[in-house]
Amino acid sequence: MSRLSINKTYKLYIGGKFPRTESGRYYELTGKKGEFLANVSQGSKKDFRNAVVAARKAQGGWAKSSAYLKGQILYRVAEMLEGRSDQFVEELRMEGRTAAAARKEVETSIDLFVHYAGWSDKYPALFSSVNPVASSHFNFSNPEPTGVVAAVAPMSGLLGLCSVVAPIMVGGNASVVLASSERPLTAITFAEVLNSSDVPGGVVNLVTGFADELLPVMSSHMDVNALLLCSDDAKAAAGAREQGAENVKRVVVKPDAPLEESPYHVMDFQEIKTTWHPVGV
Amino acid sequence: MAAERAGSGGGRSRKVAKKRDHDFVTGTSYAPAPESSAQVKIAKSYDLFIGGKWVKGSKRMKTINPATEKVLSEVAVAGPKEVDLAVKAARKAYNNVWKKMPGRERGKYLFRVARLLQERAREFAVLESMDGGKPIRESRDVDLPLVAAHFFYHAGWADKLDYAFPGRKPQSLGVAGQVIPWNFPLLMAAWKLAPALACGNTVVLKPAETTPLTALLLAQVFEEAGLPDGVVNIVTGAGATGQALVEHPGVDKIAFTGSTGVGKMIQRALAKSGKKHTLELGGKAAHLIFDDAPINQAVEGIVNGIFFNQGHVCCAGSRLLVQEGVADLVIRKLKRRMETLVVGDPLDKNTDVGAINSKEQLGRIKGLVAAGEKEGACSWQSGQRLPGKGYWFKPTIFTDCAQSHRVVQEEIFGPVLAIQTFRTPEEGIEKANNTPYGLSGGVWTDKGSKIFKVTSAMRAGVLWANTYNKFDPTSPFGGYKESGVGREGGLHGLAAYLEI
Repeated sequence: MSRLSINKTYKLYIGGKFPRTESGRYYELTGKKGEFLANVSQGSKKDFRNAVVAARKAQGGWAKSSAYLKGQILYRVAEMLEGRSDQFVEELRMEGRTAAAARKEVETSIDLFVHYAGWSDKYPALFSSVNPVASSHFNFSNPEPTGVVAAVAPMSGLLGLCSVVAPIMVGGNASVVLASSERPLTAITFAEVLNSSDVPGGVVNLVTGFADELLPVMSSHMDVNALLLCSDDAKAAAGAREQGAENVKRVVVKPDAPLEESPYHVMDFQEIKTTWHPVGV
Repeated sequence: MAAERAGSGGGRSRKVAKKRDHDFVTGTSYAPAPESSAQVKIAKSYDLFIGGKWVKGSKRMKTINPATEKVLSEVAVAGPKEVDLAVKAARKAYNNVWKKMPGRERGKYLFRVARLLQERAREFAVLESMDGGKPIRESRDVDLPLVAAHFFYHAGWADKLDYAFPGRKPQSLGVAGQVIPWNFPLLMAAWKLAPALACGNTVVLKPAETTPLTALLLAQVFEEAGLPDGVVNIVTGAGATGQALVEHPGVDKIAFTGSTGVGKMIQRALAKSGKKHTLELGGKAAHLIFDDAPINQAVEGIVNGIFFNQGHVCCAGSRLLVQEGVADLVIRKLKRRMETLVVGDPLDKNTDVGAINSKEQLGRIKGLVAAGEKEGACSWQSGQRLPGKGYWFKPTIFTDCAQSHRVVQEEIFGPVLAIQTFRTPEEGIEKANNTPYGLSGGVWTDKGSKIFKVTSAMRAGVLWANTYNKFDPTSPFGGYKESGVGREGGLHGLAAYLEI
């Protein structure tokens, strides 16, 4: 008799832990032929708010860790992804990808983390300036993380998720990311990668569920500094911008597709700080 | 500036200084030293500057001198029709002239503007003080030099934009709608116009309701510079004019400086279109004085931080956080220093604190001060006699403030300072950051490593260490959190006016 396999329970990832949704809700994910794949947690507004608390708690320490360390931790994510690439390929296939496309997507995701790992100690130099002011002051401007960033990941799955998580994370922000509702399996497996990559708990939090329910609380939450919305829904974008105004949130809207690699995506979630020092004895 | 005034008694002996706590002379008065306004010719009325022509508005409004309450002139109010005309003129100038012009040539126009402004600086400074109430010493020595410097600095960027953003070829946006406040009328116009034009955009500018005159005089400078018609259009009016501009579908970008409340309304108004915007909003800056600070210098910094421009400064150091061990000393010295401030005629060269910009603003200040007293904070005012006519408010401090008091939490935008104490650097930083705002902050200490620890931990866009309220066109300015989005000035400020 063949051995009965152990199926995974797909839960949320909040504060470095894997809780079930507090709401007890789930939705059924099925494969191409309608076969049962998993019961996915349908995260609630309260789950999102809990995740913001975890993110806020983690953000200061993450921002303060050295650029070298942040770079190494992102590289470690790539290492863990590589080691589990077969599992990701398998899950992407379950979610409807062909074998070749799944393999390509996993490899691109790994390389993307290596790419952003390298930006960690370079983008601040590239986007800083020493300003030649006319008075007798030493004056410089440098980027700092915006803080807690909420993000709605593209529907496309693993690569879309990584392309959102990596630039926010390398910039010293903590994030709460709503994973693709169509391809949530790889998101939770990706959380396991984060969990085993020395990423401090709370720096990246993943919630599964539906954007139409959660986007309003993401955009109106007063302790979220910025929102990245990957969506082609103009109405949703308008609503998010409008609700985001209540705390002058930085709302960045991108198409529903993986973001290309760019330091400008890092800079979308940075604030420029200018410091003045008198020169004298 | 206040800091320079303070040094005037610096030659006194140490013994005297010790006895008096602070080495300046009190109890003296200054003979009047009025600046001449002969150079300033104010017309009876002004129209709107649209497409290089002066166009009548739908209505008229009066602009007054807040120090005398006398009417200076009447200016046109632009309604939706005139705003539409201005946007169309800007679009035409963008498509036909400005977009096509090589950056080098665009820059030359801005260099011309900078030079003309230098030539006419005194005239502008006097008019600024008359229309807005700020001391001539500030409009002459701070506002106007910075205005010219902003045009000169950005002029040089016009043909170098390809070097500004690595890996990108930036493009202009089109027509920029700009709405500016009344606290630095001409300087804010320069902050907005110079980068927008250097980056190849055309502009519709709406000056503040109470301070339209220097912007209208600036239009004359653009005429003298031969700036092509429609590249800059100036529409005066109140909030409704600004709203018409913000909501106009023909505008590609909105830049606003003003209150956080209005900033949020603008952000909401732009939600549907997703238009690019930069917002410079309110602040409630913390000014931290550590016990190892050079106390006399710090007191000058505090004075400059909150009484500069009557405290009508979004980045004013309006919350003073003093380390407990030196709190009594700092407050005692501060009170003595405040008694020496000259409050009165903005056109007098000795004046430190001029007139409150408007009756409405004076009412707001009085309301918040009353709230502070009602909530139990302890107020103290210096003893100057105020002129009978005009809008005035004495330099004021609050002690015994709780973090929840309105005078600690809300932007007063007047010469009112809320004082709190702290024991450890951590407590100071936590109190400093305990606000929805994040525009600016200040730190006074003699220890370099402490400066870096504290300035890095403060969540604000501009930090002054052992100095305060310094500005420069090369230096990016703007806020974190609810103090705004985007930067103005410097390399980073260019991003506001380019598609990158």
